[in-house]
Amino acid sequence: MSAPLVGKPIDRVDAIAKVTGRAQFSGDVKLANVAHAVIVSATISKGRATVDASRARAAPGVLAVVTSENAPRLPHASGKANENGRVLQALQDDHVVYDGQPIALVVAESLEAARHAASLLAIRYDREPGRYRIETADAAPYEPAPMHGRPPWDSKRGDADAALRSAAVRVEQTYTTPLENHNPMETHTTAAAWNGDRLTIYDSTQGIFGVRRRLAGVFEIPEDHVRVVSHFCGGGFGSKGAPWSHVVLAAMAARVARRPVKLVVTRHQMFAFVGHRPRTIQRVSLGASHDGKLVAATHDLLSHTSRFDEFTEPSALVTRMLYACPNVRTSHRLVRLDLSTPTYMRAPGEATGSFALESAIDELAIALDLDPLELRMRNYAKIDLEEHKPWSSKSLDTCYRLAAEKFGWSRRSRPPRSMRDGRWLVGWGMATATYPAHQWKSSALARMHPDGSVLVLAGTQDIGTGTYTVMTQVAATALGVPIEKVTFDLGDTGYPETPLSAGSGTVSSTGSAVDAAARALRSRLVEMARTDARSPLHGVAAADIDAEDGRLVSKHDRSKTDAYADVVARSQKNEIEERAESNEAPDRDKHSCHSFGAQFVEVKVDESLGIVRVSRVVSAFAAGRLLNEKTARSQLLGGIVWGIGLALLEETVRDERTGRLVTRDLSDYHVPTNADVPDVEAILVPERDDWVNPIGAKGIGEIGIVGMGAAIANAVHHATGVRVRDLPIRVDSLLGGAR
Amino acid sequence: MQPFAWLRASNEGDAVAAGARGARFVAGGTTLVDLMKQGVERPSAVVDIGRVPLARIEATPSGGLRIGALATNTDVAYDANVASRFAVLSQALLSGASPQLRNLATVGGNLLQRTRCPYFRDLGSACNKRAPGRGCDARGGFDRSHAVLGTSDACIATHPSDMCVALVALDAVVLTRGPRGARAIAVRDFHTLPGAHPDVENLLEPGELVTHVELPAQPAGTRSVYSKVRDRESFAFALASAAVVLHMEGGTIRRARVALGGVATKPWRSDEAERELVGKAPRLEVFASAASAAMHGATAGKHNAFKIALAKNVIASALARAAGLA
Repeated sequence: MSAPLVGKPIDRVDAIAKVTGRAQFSGDVKLANVAHAVIVSATISKGRATVDASRARAAPGVLAVVTSENAPRLPHASGKANENGRVLQALQDDHVVYDGQPIALVVAESLEAARHAASLLAIRYDREPGRYRIETADAAPYEPAPMHGRPPWDSKRGDADAALRSAAVRVEQTYTTPLENHNPMETHTTAAAWNGDRLTIYDSTQGIFGVRRRLAGVFEIPEDHVRVVSHFCGGGFGSKGAPWSHVVLAAMAARVARRPVKLVVTRHQMFAFVGHRPRTIQRVSLGASHDGKLVAATHDLLSHTSRFDEFTEPSALVTRMLYACPNVRTSHRLVRLDLSTPTYMRAPGEATGSFALESAIDELAIALDLDPLELRMRNYAKIDLEEHKPWSSKSLDTCYRLAAEKFGWSRRSRPPRSMRDGRWLVGWGMATATYPAHQWKSSALARMHPDGSVLVLAGTQDIGTGTYTVMTQVAATALGVPIEKVTFDLGDTGYPETPLSAGSGTVSSTGSAVDAAARALRSRLVEMARTDARSPLHGVAAADIDAEDGRLVSKHDRSKTDAYADVVARSQKNEIEERAESNEAPDRDKHSCHSFGAQFVEVKVDESLGIVRVSRVVSAFAAGRLLNEKTARSQLLGGIVWGIGLALLEETVRDERTGRLVTRDLSDYHVPTNADVPDVEAILVPERDDWVNPIGAKGIGEIGIVGMGAAIANAVHHATGVRVRDLPIRVDSLLGGAR
Repeated sequence: MQPFAWLRASNEGDAVAAGARGARFVAGGTTLVDLMKQGVERPSAVVDIGRVPLARIEATPSGGLRIGALATNTDVAYDANVASRFAVLSQALLSGASPQLRNLATVGGNLLQRTRCPYFRDLGSACNKRAPGRGCDARGGFDRSHAVLGTSDACIATHPSDMCVALVALDAVVLTRGPRGARAIAVRDFHTLPGAHPDVENLLEPGELVTHVELPAQPAGTRSVYSKVRDRESFAFALASAAVVLHMEGGTIRRARVALGGVATKPWRSDEAERELVGKAPRLEVFASAASAAMHGATAGKHNAFKIALAKNVIASALARAAGLA
């Protein structure tokens, strides 16, 4: 790809549609004769629910009330479609297995009628005792089942425990991160319409093909009888990865009511049955020589999953590869709790794991009386020691240098409590960020019309990241046409199949497919031109033909040109189309592929009031090729802002006695407001990567959040001398001792 | 949500008549509508009082201000007289909610704002305020946001208002009109302690409408400050807040008002703190002992003990700011 390493900061192609409200999110889709469904949530965490629906059924406007007594039997809903699929609760029995679980479905002529009828249900519970905390005597941690294509849960290189025992300097601490919920601005929304045994679904999802597969399986119909559409998605962050129960319930409601049905998950239910980031308890031990060389690292994760399904927050993976340490041992263990199933949430594993590791590194730097950046440089990993592979690319040293310079790190006074601004204590902290570069099989098609316009299609999703925009750029660049000539459409299972929008992998996977399809189309058009006696390029070798500004040009005689439009028009065809699939690049698996970054934070602390303000953030990231400087920066800034939430604000609280949600809305679950976000700078470090995938992009969706937890905690320690090892850092974290 | 009748009143008399027949008053709707959606409030009739002419802010002959119950939080916060002569009220209002909410929320509604206790707002939890006699799941539960002053066995719910804290410190008076006529109630007496009846939150009788809030004149040279600590920089309820009003003469505190928010079951006026201040020189040690006096007798649950220390520091820092020492 001849594109620059940092692509043009063009505005989003869908910006006008979004700000004028023309963009059709799943809840905006107009369906004739649509009915409205609401899910009724359990208010116990464990037991049985008996629902008397007689009053609700008699309420005005009600079309159907579905409970476990009359729900269509869908045995596949209670199983898993694949390792990353989730076990669903589709009213198949009267068991309640977590707070907020769906126990009834009300379908009515209007949303108001459905909600009113839902309030008329008489629900009787038979409660059973449950386990809601990891730290209980009978918790019995176990090793999760291995996952296909993923690293094992335990790892060992060298003898970390022995090396730790003999290390000159040791840090051994426990760090915890709280349960968190994704809370995208658009709550999960599904509209469903049956036509015989054919189903059309409008869904707010990160993976239309996964939704299609799951619904076909659950309703036992062929996959090609299910069409899933998702033109816009108001954020996903992992919670819209695998379909949850409401997707099946929307289709069930439409079948039972014999009407198209719209179902919007409430904000309260967003905390209940669409996944969460689990709480983690992480034990990290580091051993080092007096000169600051790591000799041992261990990282043991203890987290939780549901009673009926398994998800593991892979927090300890980061410790295997981030530093040059000869002896490393890591493990992941789970406790089964009577809560819903956790799932992937922005930088799953890295965001939580790096908080522990990078806090411990900071503690080690203090124990060694070394600058924390210097300690990291002394342990710079030149290769991936766990995989015994070279990096596909790594510019972390440049990230450290550029971010440190911009931040002014060299002016840091090392002792805690040594910097002030009036009544505020000032702290400077930093941390390393990293995230693996994923690539999955994907496909796309590109079509040239006689007027020179291009239509590019790929299933995929735009979850707010700018997929519409960057795919348009990829296709325009590969074809050599002005960006205005390209229309890229997505979000329909009728289009070429693509993977999830997840794991920072959309550009690397589907971007590679779009690039391949556009190149294939260009080659085809080049071939058509050079073999056509009517073309000025007749007889010119393919290798000697360039494409720019919508025309093919002879490299040796630039006066010889043939416009794409003319090539297509002469063919007498309505369009010329090429499809392409992208797979992993051939030598990719000989390399370890990760993005890296360095994050520097200034905090100001009012000690007597326990207030921590992030006053400055400077980060630098190297993530291979960036397709669009503007959307790339936005994603990185978004990750950083969320990192402020991770460090200082966010926690889903459950009542320890009952397992029930205490935080159920955005009034109690705090995310950063504008006032919490200072000037944030993200330095984009250009980086060439020839191995990771054809377009050389490593992904930027997650890495922005990764180092923020530790960077802020480290800055708070520098400001106050107080080491907070339990996130979030709140007023009570700093005033806790002053009762 | 359940069906309800929607009425509209264009004058005080019609509003009071509708209220006396059981309709709930709605103005900005920022509390009531939320709670209706959650099924916590289930009125069979609601009367919109938004067109009753009660939105003016005017000077009183004695040098105070009379604020109509339908003046929005934004109107009051940015009123020139309020901002200059009753700064603590302006600061308190602007520290609450978001601009969008402040543009809708009214003075009357803010006075009647209901607690943010998550157990009160969850129909699956026991709550003596929502369903008297059913118990209190907040006790022994996640009580981080709950009160440490004015609690009872029946209820530990925190009063959420910032505005009311400032009003208490300003000796404001609520003017009402009800089926039995008009009356005036000091804001400090307007809200009631939960005791055995946390479902009763104020002295209003059925159908009684808040029409105005009156602010008495403050002596010349009075300085006031609202200080609030919350979990984030904006759009969050107080973990602890203090409204302080100081009148100093010749290096001595002649008159002091200290009120607390975020830590008590009602907007909390601390006579104890005020006694520690009056007649003393404005010094940090004096402020610290006043702060301790304010929190004397505070009782914490499992997760809110930090509020006692925090509230002391908030009071002390607000006093220091008011006295020009910080």
